[in-house]
Amino acid sequence: MSLASHLPPIGIGQRLRIWSIIVRTGLSERIAYRGDFALGTLMRFLPIITQIFLWGAIFNAVASDAGAERDDSQRIGGFNFPDMVAYFLLTMIARAFSSMPGLASGIASQVRQGEIKKYLIQPIDLIGFLLLSRISHKLAYYVVATLPFAFVFFLCRGFFVAGFPPPHVFVAFLGSLLMGFLIGFFLEASIGMISFWLLEVNSLLLIFMLFSFFLSGHMFPLTLLPESVASVVNLLPLKYLAYFPAAVFLNKIPEDELATEMLIEAAWLTFFIVACRFMYSRGIRRYSGFGG
Amino acid sequence: MTEPAEPQRITPLRETLTEPQTELPRVTTGGEWGRYLRVFLTFARNSLIRDMTFRADFIFHCISSIAWTAMNVGFYLIIFRFTSMIGEDTGWGQDEFFLFLATVWFINSLVQAFFMPNANEFSELIRTGGLDFALLKPIDTQFLISFRRIEWSALSNFAVGLLIAGISLHSLATREEAAFYPSPLSLLLYGFFVACGVAIMYSVMICLAATSVWLGRNQSLYDFWFYITNFSRYPMEIYNTPLGRPLLGLFTFVVPVLVVVNVPARILARPLDPRADWELPLAVWACVATFGCVMFSRWLFRHSLKSYRSASS
Repeated sequence: MSLASHLPPIGIGQRLRIWSIIVRTGLSERIAYRGDFALGTLMRFLPIITQIFLWGAIFNAVASDAGAERDDSQRIGGFNFPDMVAYFLLTMIARAFSSMPGLASGIASQVRQGEIKKYLIQPIDLIGFLLLSRISHKLAYYVVATLPFAFVFFLCRGFFVAGFPPPHVFVAFLGSLLMGFLIGFFLEASIGMISFWLLEVNSLLLIFMLFSFFLSGHMFPLTLLPESVASVVNLLPLKYLAYFPAAVFLNKIPEDELATEMLIEAAWLTFFIVACRFMYSRGIRRYSGFGG
Repeated sequence: MTEPAEPQRITPLRETLTEPQTELPRVTTGGEWGRYLRVFLTFARNSLIRDMTFRADFIFHCISSIAWTAMNVGFYLIIFRFTSMIGEDTGWGQDEFFLFLATVWFINSLVQAFFMPNANEFSELIRTGGLDFALLKPIDTQFLISFRRIEWSALSNFAVGLLIAGISLHSLATREEAAFYPSPLSLLLYGFFVACGVAIMYSVMICLAATSVWLGRNQSLYDFWFYITNFSRYPMEIYNTPLGRPLLGLFTFVVPVLVVVNVPARILARPLDPRADWELPLAVWACVATFGCVMFSRWLFRHSLKSYRSASS
């Protein structure tokens, strides 16, 4: 077991101080390259441009198949053209919360290289530390990315035909973003924890990322899937990483199901927190560190 | 030297840059081209040996890139459940579009196998100063840094492309409406324009790599590459709207990534005759653009090397 458990307990004041230091360090790490960072954020919207043209062409063809002019009445999987564009923009926000670049591979490399032992001898919890640094990186990201996001959303405001959602839906949207962040974190941290058993998790991670790209709704709204596939995919937690928050904002989740859906999401979140904690505690029992 | 303020140790490097090979003895026979071919084959063999050393990793890379392809195919199969064509009256129905997709896959797999690992390595060479060693070798620097490594596993996507193309061609030949076989001439032209496409993509990549000399480090090289080439992955007709035409012009004439896939795919997806009156000029333009891109990227690369300041010691 970790040495930290033999040390005298730390007061809440000290704990808060540690947390704020971790957050501040992470923030300054990120702000250091803000120019590159803002440019990178703006570039990430470029694929959206092709998406808009691609879906425009698809909806044109759908209208012409039906022998009509294109208007907002043609729907694919319950989405008309403006909905579709709004959907892709909203999944970008959802991904800004739920994507965790380098988290699992970072844990894996710390396990492989033995760096993880510093968390065993210092009174700092690995998962807590990673979560706090991730929060600070995300905060820095939002500070820099808000302007490009606002700019693009302003340009594309015409696609949000239904306007702003009612307050309770908006609260649910914010909740789904926040839970999306936490699910993304604990899900990927759990994958990282597998490295206690398998030293090489990068291949596993790549497979996960492929599936997550397809089945989280990042590539297209999940309602486009054939009925039989969609019913299975809807049971998976991946949809909370991209599809679900966007669908909530666009009112695609029926009002009476919204509360249930949010509860299911919370249940998934609890599951991944427990899984991650459990695997970590099991993992460090297996772990043996050598050298200095 | 014109700038006396610069450190002395840069001088010999610059000289090797401008006059690299005159003093060195020719060790081999068989002419310049033969020498380059032999060096290239050695690179290919080394990369293959390296790949085969980590066989599980190699197989895994193949599987994951095939899985990625399968997801793309799945995505378009889903789209064609809702529509008969990509774009109104563009002729990109399911069979034709999958030929287009196969072309995307051919070109991308070739670029990823031959050039991508090298371009990534190049920015690392700049950062660490390892480029010194490349500059000192008695061989063209651009050749050396472009072909040093070959990622054989990326060619698995080429095989998948062949499969997709085979299925679509079969479907085109056996369908009830307007069935046709591509003529030998179409196939020949297709191969030629795929090669042009690869050359254009290579030039874009060399230009991006050259920028890392000035920026010191170009971490987002792959991102940049992805965002630019993303425009080439769809039929150009989708940009033919009032808002899209500036993009259409930009990516056809200034950064000609739109002709990369569109020209060859169009040749194979329809009988050679009849053709719309703008298609021949477009094909001619693709040839001109290929030549222009290769020459420009070569110029930019050589120019960028002059700004290289070694990072070692």
